Amino acid sequence: MAMKGYKLPGEVPWNDVELGAIVTEPGSASIRKTGDWRTERPVVDKAKCIKCGLCWLHCPDAAITPMDDGYFEPDLYHCKGCGICASICPKSAITMNEEVEK
Amino acid sequence: MSKRVVLEASHAVAEAVKMADVDLIAAYPITPQTHIPERLAEMVAEGDLDAAYVPVESEHSAMSAVLGSAAVGARSFTTTAGQGLELMHEALYIASSHRYPIVMAVCNRTLSAPINIWCDHSDIMSCRDVGWIQVFCQNNQEAFDMTLWAFRVAEDPKVMFPTMVNLDGFILSHVTEPLILPDAKDAAAYLPKYNYRLALRPETPTSHGCFGPPEIYLEVKYAQEIALRESRSVIDQGWKELKKAFGRQYEAVETYKAEGASTLLVTMGSLGETAKMVVDEKRARGEPVGHLNLRLWRPFPFADFRKAVNGVKTLVVVDRAFSFGGPGGPLASELRSALYDAVDRPKVVDFIAGVGGREVDGAAFEYMFNRGQELAKTGSDCLYEPLQVRGLATGTGVRG
Repeated sequence: MAMKGYKLPGEVPWNDVELGAIVTEPGSASIRKTGDWRTERPVVDKAKCIKCGLCWLHCPDAAITPMDDGYFEPDLYHCKGCGICASICPKSAITMNEEVEK
Repeated sequence: MSKRVVLEASHAVAEAVKMADVDLIAAYPITPQTHIPERLAEMVAEGDLDAAYVPVESEHSAMSAVLGSAAVGARSFTTTAGQGLELMHEALYIASSHRYPIVMAVCNRTLSAPINIWCDHSDIMSCRDVGWIQVFCQNNQEAFDMTLWAFRVAEDPKVMFPTMVNLDGFILSHVTEPLILPDAKDAAAYLPKYNYRLALRPETPTSHGCFGPPEIYLEVKYAQEIALRESRSVIDQGWKELKKAFGRQYEAVETYKAEGASTLLVTMGSLGETAKMVVDEKRARGEPVGHLNLRLWRPFPFADFRKAVNGVKTLVVVDRAFSFGGPGGPLASELRSALYDAVDRPKVVDFIAGVGGREVDGAAFEYMFNRGQELAKTGSDCLYEPLQVRGLATGTGVRG
């Protein structure tokens, strides 16, 4: 998911910081992995899903991706596991499963 | 053609802002700074100055508004005093961290409570570490010159830091005296056109004020710290060019009759003028004393200061603010710190005087000179001596 050519904050030496820490590449926030904050991950049961898109609409982090087949998949690089998608789903097609340590 | 005029320092600052041809002014009036925004508002209303004037609802909003205008590359000015500077406080760090070259005139005023509108340096002393370039003025000419100079230095691509011009409230802001205004064309030649490389523009989008997690925050702050220290060369260059253009000379540390002096009296701001009068009187009597004016407060001119006091036996420091429960007055404590590693350092005797607008006259300076030399000789276990506190015996010091 990381964007090519961009440096992650932890890769920038002090003398390469842009003036005022101003970001000159639009959309570069998407390279920051926020998925590792998660304690629970959303899992979609396609058998129950009616492709209504409410999960996509309500996700506060734009971490639900519409797929070509009309279903919706969580983007685990960015998903923080808040569970709003699971709460809003009218068919209870999304369950929050606990992340287990690797 | 330059011309000799009679102006109060507030209007001198307004003239400098006008000659700088600023794009935006956002300010909230507060005594004793009121005449600056008032005059600028008039200039804008009368069409003498082609700028946006934003009459904001508070000083926090004033600083926030100039942050916005600076972000789009507009030459921006604001001004405040005392409580107003305190209300701005958190936004001051944003200006220096984003590296916006905002210029602000501060008419130094004490802080409540009890409520008091008069001059001292309590307001600026709580802003020492906000990351701005900070200079002090001794008179109205300097208030004009420093304001024009501030834009030039702040906007230099090698600097890009907001700059504060400190002028003592009432003592300068409201006092009328003669000064020389340059021709607007010469002022414009001194101050190059400003172009901000990272301005918010739809065609070249940038993001200002982004998240700085632990893995980058430290690098950002270190870069900022080094850049502020390295701004010194441009600061000095700005004064050199000012001398070339207008004939007046300024330096980070200025001494007066310091040659052969065993005692130097150290001040910041308008007290320097009175101090020099007393130096003249004492020199006429053959006493080896001089004056040191600390013009540049941030970045602190360590090397210049150590050089200026080399061979001096005693420094008598006049502080205009308390540092409650701290190491004496803020100025003296910084000077002591600057001298600690020097092999042959002078004794530093600190007085806190002129707080909340209390008069510091020639007699007070005479006392501080004499008492300072006496204490340097006998030694003292006091941090400082407060001057003219009613009910306190003269010569009573405060111990740590």
